[in-house]
Amino acid sequence: MQLDAHIPAGPLTEKWDRHRFELKLVNPANKRKFNIIVVGTGLAGASASASLAELGYYVKTFCIQDSPRRAHSIAAQGGINAAKNYTNEGDSIWRLFYDTVKGGDFRAREANVYRLAQLSNNIIDQCTAQGVPFARDYGGLLANRSFGGAQVARTFYARGQTGQQLLLGAYSALMRQVGAGMVTLFPRREMMDLVVANGQARGIIVRNLISGELESYAADAVVLCTGGYGNVYYLSTNAESSNVGAGFRAYRKGAMFANPCFTQIHPTCIPHTGEHQSKLTLMSESLRNDGRVWVPHHPGDIREPQDIPEKDRDYYLEEKYPSFGNLVPRDVASRAAKAQCDAGKGVGLTRCAVYLDFADAIERDGKETITKKYGNLFDMYELITDDSPYQKPMMIYPASHYTMGGLWVDYNLMSTIPGLFVLGEANFSDHGANRLGASALMQGLADGYFIIPYTIGGYFAETTLPAVNTDHNAFKEAYQLSTDGIAKLMSINGKRTADNFARQLGRIMWDYCGMSRNEQGLNKALTLIQDLRAEFWENVWVPGIDKDYNKSLEKAGRLADSLEFAEIMIHDALNRSESCGGHFREESQTEEGEAKRDDDNYSHVSVWEYDGIDKKPKLHKESLVFENVELSQRSYK
Amino acid sequence: MKKLPQTINLTLNVWRQKRDEKKGHFETVAARNISVHMSFIEMLDSVNEQLTLEGKDPIAFDNDCREGICGTCGAVVDGRAHGPQKATTLCQLHMRQFSDGDTIVVEPFRARAFKVVKDLVVDRSSLDKIMAAGGYISANTGGAPDGNAIPIAQEIAEKAMDAAACIGCGACVAACPSASAMLFVSGKVSQLALLPQGRPEATRRALNMVKTMDACGFGNCSNHRECENACPKELSIVNIARLNREYLKASFFSVET
Repeated sequence: MQLDAHIPAGPLTEKWDRHRFELKLVNPANKRKFNIIVVGTGLAGASASASLAELGYYVKTFCIQDSPRRAHSIAAQGGINAAKNYTNEGDSIWRLFYDTVKGGDFRAREANVYRLAQLSNNIIDQCTAQGVPFARDYGGLLANRSFGGAQVARTFYARGQTGQQLLLGAYSALMRQVGAGMVTLFPRREMMDLVVANGQARGIIVRNLISGELESYAADAVVLCTGGYGNVYYLSTNAESSNVGAGFRAYRKGAMFANPCFTQIHPTCIPHTGEHQSKLTLMSESLRNDGRVWVPHHPGDIREPQDIPEKDRDYYLEEKYPSFGNLVPRDVASRAAKAQCDAGKGVGLTRCAVYLDFADAIERDGKETITKKYGNLFDMYELITDDSPYQKPMMIYPASHYTMGGLWVDYNLMSTIPGLFVLGEANFSDHGANRLGASALMQGLADGYFIIPYTIGGYFAETTLPAVNTDHNAFKEAYQLSTDGIAKLMSINGKRTADNFARQLGRIMWDYCGMSRNEQGLNKALTLIQDLRAEFWENVWVPGIDKDYNKSLEKAGRLADSLEFAEIMIHDALNRSESCGGHFREESQTEEGEAKRDDDNYSHVSVWEYDGIDKKPKLHKESLVFENVELSQRSYK
Repeated sequence: MKKLPQTINLTLNVWRQKRDEKKGHFETVAARNISVHMSFIEMLDSVNEQLTLEGKDPIAFDNDCREGICGTCGAVVDGRAHGPQKATTLCQLHMRQFSDGDTIVVEPFRARAFKVVKDLVVDRSSLDKIMAAGGYISANTGGAPDGNAIPIAQEIAEKAMDAAACIGCGACVAACPSASAMLFVSGKVSQLALLPQGRPEATRRALNMVKTMDACGFGNCSNHRECENACPKELSIVNIARLNREYLKASFFSVET
């Protein structure tokens, strides 16, 4: 199969305008004839639902939480990028585009990224109009700060709660459409399957998480906004219900999966304390603007940080990367922290942590200024660890945070299944092999507010959609498959809980497909996962009944998907024997130990197609063509 | 060096209820070997793991982000919504706040407008209904002016942000003797009334949100201030004063009612 990204012709700067002109329109009066299903209510899902409903489409919106306001976009702290150049530092759409392509280690599509940079400015305008309380200067204008890996201050923020405020803005817009009767809301629903009829995505099967009943819904198109798969690592900064299920089930129905091995391990998370740990909490990357990262010079130095004099401290990021210092991109910072801990220089209880020290910043700017910038983050840190960052350096360690890989989509954000659109973190489109800080919020909202409203219209205008309702055979089959899947899980009556299995899978993925990967380890992981999966299907224990609120059943179902999906990640990591961005193959590094790309052989998107149960997926490639940026080795020295 | 991890043993007196129409009861459950570094939610995880392996029904509770921002979790612990620590959600309440041998009473958020779904899980969809009635600025995607077109004084923006910090958990409702949602409603009304963008709809917003709050079965504010005390984001009742002002102004001058 030939993958066609449908990238419009013409110069980069004109592609999106030209495409919008060329997309066929749906007459306003005809829009009400179309029904759209949106799954997920994070930034992408909420903004898409609201914008589509504003246009006059009838939207059914589903979320796994009890309210759409709770989707995990809410946890994003630091900010959202835009190329406004309000700070007069010479920022531009082109510079944001260039930084994003480079930050992604040249594994993203130029055209998509350029469009993202263009739309970044509209997002800030839209959110401000909705009443998002962005930080402001004394003159009342919007404030900016610089954020991980950027040399200009282009990040807009609302204290340390930017994701929350942007999501509440999108949620408000969504609830307005609920009030207007244009959106029907289905909370506490988990997508069990995608329904494909006549080769087109026409609906979904969901499980009602309160009654346990399965429900079928039909529509003219399905928009997945279901986030990433970071929870495959078990310990991650993701929320408990974040899962790969919807994407994986779409994959099994024919939607291809792109770059699954591109995962982001975020450098600044609170280290884990023991086996009971259920999640890791992110400390915003903005902290690296003022905090200095260090470890003791000598391995095994167990003195308290305040007892370690300057000469015995190793500010390894500042030393190794003089021009970016503590602000190197996430992948670089994470690997550097791992290297220090592997060398025995880690600190804290588990020796798996490095210091992030604010003493100098507090001395320079005063406590008040630091409190204003990071007060809520410091409070959060103290709540969790019982230590105050005002008095003692924070301890941080990398954790799984974001996944750049996702369902493959073309320039219209449509997957390989006609009528199935994928937005936000759930798709693969814009971040290449590494996402820059403050870019996830930007992408989710660009997709939802400003791209899907146009491209879905183009699809409707050019597509014949035969009448399909939930009586169609495709619905009955998908319904039956979901019913059987649940019955199977309930019937095993083994001895281990799903959480217990999930922890073990997470450990395998963290050890062999985490910050550093090699062929031998990946092959080992493959065997370990297959063994674990076999044991899961014989030995998992799901208490209670299926027709009830049953968290254990939910977890078991999601884990079953993760156990399959983890294997695709490993296949992809094995196949890509170069290092790039967050994907570090030990076999491919420079003399200084930095990631070394292999542009001759890997300048492509790896796209995996489902080929049946227990079969290795088929690999397709979408070549990446760079006409506007020159490929260079990333250097942050 | 940090203190070595310690574990404590606790007794939970926890509310069990199959669904809203069934009668609930308290059940005594032992929580053993609980690390003081666990959050309250992780403690419940650990108890549930034990119950599950013993063949018993695990305790149903809602949670999601586990970092105090999504507003999904919540229970009344020893008579206080989200437990004894101020400005803290249940998922951020750590077990070091408790002592070995403690008995802890755990109940759902109780209110007429919050039906019990199961055990500690309640239905808070009425809060979404209130939002749908006016908790927004009608700004369709696409027509927004430049972000800097309307300067907003920093103090005003900060006040709006204070009001916007609400996570919609419903602790204020559970803590209020009249099960009022005034603090919740006032957060949104204040945020949007403070900002110039929100003024055009201020009248309609205040009237419709309060009307819907009443229709959902929430009580009225009776100035007990329990809400602000329980709020994990420390929303101030100043917001309620602002809501009252907006509502009164709207009632007197509105041409729409």
